[in-house]
Amino acid sequence: MRGKNNWKAWLYLAPAILFLAVFMVYPLIDVCIYALEENYSFAQGEATGIGLANFRHVLADPDFVQAVKNTFLIVVITVPVSTGVSLLISLGLSSIRRLQHLFQTVYFLPYVTNTLAVGLVFMILFRKTEYSDGLVNLLLNRIGLKTVDFIEGPYWAKMFVMCFYTVWAVMPFKILIMTSALASVNPDYYKAARVDGASSFRIFRKITLPMISSTVFYLIITGFIGAFKAYSDEVALFGTDLNAAGMNTIVGYVYDMLYGSSGGYPSYAAAAALILFAIVFTITYINLTVSRKTVQYV
Amino acid sequence: MRVLLDHLTKRFASRTEKGKDVIAVNDFCFEIPDGQLVGLLGPSGCGKSTTLNLISGLETPSEGRILFGDRDVTAMPPEERGVGLVFQNYALYPHLTVEENILFPLQNLKGRQKMTKEAMRQKALEAARLVQIDQLMERKPKELSGGQQQRVAIARALVKIPNVLLLDEPLSNLDARLRLQTREELRRIQRDTGVTTIFVTHDQEEAMSISDLIIVMKDGVVNQIGKPQEVYDDPVNLFVAQFLGTPAINVLEGEIRQGRLRIGNEAVLEMPGKPEGPVWAGIRPEGFIQDDNGPFTCGLDRVEVMGRDVSVVCTHEKMTGRNLRAIIPAETAADVRGETVRFRLKPFKVYVFDRESGVRLP
Repeated sequence: MRGKNNWKAWLYLAPAILFLAVFMVYPLIDVCIYALEENYSFAQGEATGIGLANFRHVLADPDFVQAVKNTFLIVVITVPVSTGVSLLISLGLSSIRRLQHLFQTVYFLPYVTNTLAVGLVFMILFRKTEYSDGLVNLLLNRIGLKTVDFIEGPYWAKMFVMCFYTVWAVMPFKILIMTSALASVNPDYYKAARVDGASSFRIFRKITLPMISSTVFYLIITGFIGAFKAYSDEVALFGTDLNAAGMNTIVGYVYDMLYGSSGGYPSYAAAAALILFAIVFTITYINLTVSRKTVQYV
Repeated sequence: MRVLLDHLTKRFASRTEKGKDVIAVNDFCFEIPDGQLVGLLGPSGCGKSTTLNLISGLETPSEGRILFGDRDVTAMPPEERGVGLVFQNYALYPHLTVEENILFPLQNLKGRQKMTKEAMRQKALEAARLVQIDQLMERKPKELSGGQQQRVAIARALVKIPNVLLLDEPLSNLDARLRLQTREELRRIQRDTGVTTIFVTHDQEEAMSISDLIIVMKDGVVNQIGKPQEVYDDPVNLFVAQFLGTPAINVLEGEIRQGRLRIGNEAVLEMPGKPEGPVWAGIRPEGFIQDDNGPFTCGLDRVEVMGRDVSVVCTHEKMTGRNLRAIIPAETAADVRGETVRFRLKPFKVYVFDRESGVRLP
């Protein structure tokens, strides 16, 4: 589109560009400015100078260090587990004939269920109250184990509930995508492989997995990014004071620095947000580099 | 290896009507002799692909038995039957190279059949040489032409040295020129290996040109089995006669009266010993001889030049379907002009069929 019709193209693009400029580009630049302004005060709207003091402060803040630790644990545990389990469930789903649609719906339900409602259900399952130790503890007691306080107890118990919750919440989407990826593999490949005498496991490893590898990889990358941005699920389980519960995440820390009870520090929030960006960027870059060697785009 | 199909029947449950079955293959009995190239021929939906799937083991028959040699393979899964199967779309694994595709069946071998890596590569190379793709081993399928992909598929099917090679519409994805070339190639490969080969096609020309035997199917039922020329010259019913030959046979409403075949008001051919009554008269396009005193008169529509021969397109009120077509040598076509054209008929190119059942009258 060269020449005099060019202005038309710009006109059509204008709404999107305007929207992106106001809500994406400007805030992005603003975050960088906030992060570099030292001792910025909301009240006066002034800063004392430019530098990396905010980053130094954030990195030294024990709450932030805890948040990074939590976030990484959630990412490292939930992404592989949810992807793997989703793949198994998708394989199961696509190999059954009867009731396939019913099961697909059942597995998709968490996706359309409100986070807080799900949080409530998890409370009933895991929370210890004066009247009951929660359903899971009842089961633990039944097999002779001691009651564990999953919501206010030891760190590993809280982390377990957190990861369990996250995996459960992200699986429907992955199952949906993987089931359709599996359905799009031409059945002739399976027939050919069967005639060629390949075992089911070999068919899976040599045919199915490479054929859906681009989808699996897409889910891993978006899974990583999504898990790094975890926050609302934590609130649903442990309430708004995540620092006190020791279950804060990086995004939670950013929010607390802005609006939390100890908030009012946009510069710290911006610095933390940029650190998160750097982490996600690096991980995604590594992912893509690895994928170029292993993923089949067919 | 000899393949015996013994009263083979395959029923599928109907999707639209509950309790009703669709019979895809109905009571198929045939023995395919060792080392032959057999063409399974019929219109789409006639059950030829199902027959192929039954032989390969991808489908299990509702009734009947399949024997490879003296071994009953009816209940055997595909991998134990030792068949090679070439799919219509080739089904080459797109993420594997040509060599990896050909190696795949060998890598699946277990137990005593297991081979060393070097032996497998050697085998794969032999198979690739046979179909002349040994220069392309490192390529991915999408970097190959349709013809090359098909060769890879054949190499993959042959590398294990199967008892039976099965090909499902092997040439239908190729362009016209390549199709001619590839079918010669197929014939050569089959001769070189001596593997009993069954291929499915809806293209009668393809089947006739390279097969030792052809099997003509319709609605799951075998209509006729024989050498291509025999089936062409001696069709058992109207369907087989119509299905074989291009241009197709001309079918006209006729009548046998007093030992003669009558079409319209003309007695066109002496046909002693046939039962009297209305019939379908089938006349092969090459069964006409242009003769100004001939007994059979047609309206002349146009003359199409084909080089050595010409195709005389005629009209006749008793003709079913489109125009009547006569193929005559170009040098005798000079006299064909005007409103009408008259023909003599070659007796062995004219068949009569029962008007009701379509069965050929003896």
